[in-house]
Amino acid sequence: MIDNLNIMLPEIFLSLSIFSILMIGVFTKNSFNLIFNLTSLIILVTISIILSSPNNQEKIFLDSFTRDAFSNYFKILILLSSLFVLNSSKNFIIDNKLDKFEYPIIILLSILGMFFMVSSNDLILFYLGLELQSLSLYILASIDRDNIRSTESGIKYFVLSALSSGLLLYGCSLLYGFTGSTNFELIATQLNKENAGAVFAMVFILVGLAFKVSAVPFHMWTPDVYEGAPTSITSYFAVVPKVAGLALLIKFMFIPFSNILLEWQTIIIFISIASMILGAVAAMIQKNFKRLLAYSSIGHIGYALAGVATGAISGYQSAVVYISIYVVMNIGAFSCLYLLKKDGQYKENISDLSGISKKHPLLAISLLIILFSLAGVPPLGGFFAKFYVFVAVLEKEMYALAIIGLLTTVMSAFYYLKIIKTIYFDDAIITFETKNRTAQVSIFACCTILITFFLYPSFLNNMVNILFVS
Amino acid sequence: MIEIGLGHYLSLGAIIFFLGVIGIFLNRKNVIVILMSIELILLAVNINLISFSIFSGDIVGQIFTMLILTVAAAEAAIGLAIIVVYYRNRGSIRVEDIHGMKG
Repeated sequence: MIDNLNIMLPEIFLSLSIFSILMIGVFTKNSFNLIFNLTSLIILVTISIILSSPNNQEKIFLDSFTRDAFSNYFKILILLSSLFVLNSSKNFIIDNKLDKFEYPIIILLSILGMFFMVSSNDLILFYLGLELQSLSLYILASIDRDNIRSTESGIKYFVLSALSSGLLLYGCSLLYGFTGSTNFELIATQLNKENAGAVFAMVFILVGLAFKVSAVPFHMWTPDVYEGAPTSITSYFAVVPKVAGLALLIKFMFIPFSNILLEWQTIIIFISIASMILGAVAAMIQKNFKRLLAYSSIGHIGYALAGVATGAISGYQSAVVYISIYVVMNIGAFSCLYLLKKDGQYKENISDLSGISKKHPLLAISLLIILFSLAGVPPLGGFFAKFYVFVAVLEKEMYALAIIGLLTTVMSAFYYLKIIKTIYFDDAIITFETKNRTAQVSIFACCTILITFFLYPSFLNNMVNILFVS
Repeated sequence: MIEIGLGHYLSLGAIIFFLGVIGIFLNRKNVIVILMSIELILLAVNINLISFSIFSGDIVGQIFTMLILTVAAAEAAIGLAIIVVYYRNRGSIRVEDIHGMKG
């Protein structure tokens, strides 16, 4: 009995601590700092619980919940990235008067939802985890409730995300009806090409998942929500739910849909190509840095999906490596935004970056590293991420996908280089107040990882290699 | 007399589902209508699940329905809260007025 509960110890610990800090927050005055520090502590303790748990596959609660190397890896990635996002944005939160104690608690709730998503082995648990995550994200998008842009992004995200949840759920109901079970493994045994209803259901589920990772053609919400939400929330949106969404997508392709590979492969290839092209083209005309990062994240999801589209273990592994490096790059890019403070206002236009190399050489060089890495310039981390994906795609002889991927990489390099040109060769306008210790630490950590990744790239590969055992 | 079978229930579910989806896209007036359309979508899924559950003799579908009802209530509560907050800032919840960001 107690051994069984040990399998879901991270989730139990996380939910109990959420209840406790909610009570602490309600009954103490001005409790933001206290709750914030407790949240960081809870995340650290959860990481250590997961690290100390074994990696062999265990299933409990009628096989609806699994703990294996795959879920452990993604849980640690989710926790580490939220820890960095939270801590680098602390000054921003306080400066913009978002320092309500609910803020870190809702973040923890969404993390709990993602935990159930990546651990689920059953349609019911998967749907409940997804909704726990989405409901928390609706609140987070509109957390700056006196700001019209933040609330507008909340409405847009709510409507479109609820619609996609509905489509996904409709797919789940058809899948249950045509395979007779909600368990992923049982679905996998029932699914085949002749089961037309279940293939139809697969399309609905893919649409819902593509929406959650903001892949084209279900990306409409991304730029508006990224621009409208406060930057601290945007950085959370750009990183953590993407990781969970991609993990879920890979899990669906790997377990329940493994027998209908040819059916979903065409759809994923289309989504991947469309995302790569839109990410490269639409970002060129953007003036707002957050909006630009939104389009760039759409493009990056396209590359990760190219890895998934191969339908092979090596492809899934390359997608996991890609999303891990994407997380590092995006945390770095958003941390740079926290340093662009002038008279209590945070600037977010690309023109505000003009000539910052003269006054802030360190910030300029970090932005240079991060943007080069996003563009995929060797020997930075972003290059290796793309390299593994293209190797996996070429192994499967999907040349069209690889060629379009390389072309869009070159196209997207254009707008990254344009920002670098603005930083280094334009006239200096604004001197920023860059005193923000936590953001500087996270920029430093991200740049170090990106620069030194080429010394020992197999470090990440070794971790990812054990994730997929069938 | 025609026998009412699984196909009829599924068609009913599909009709309600597409009414909900169309309601979201065609409606240009009020955000509350969108909220109602989302509710329709979730209820269509419930009809599907319950009829599958009854016709296959498997109880899991009905359990799923209960959980979806709970989630739908939570979703409506949060949706209304966001709409209230938006109304305070903008003074309107007409769909065509929600266009502060473009590009």
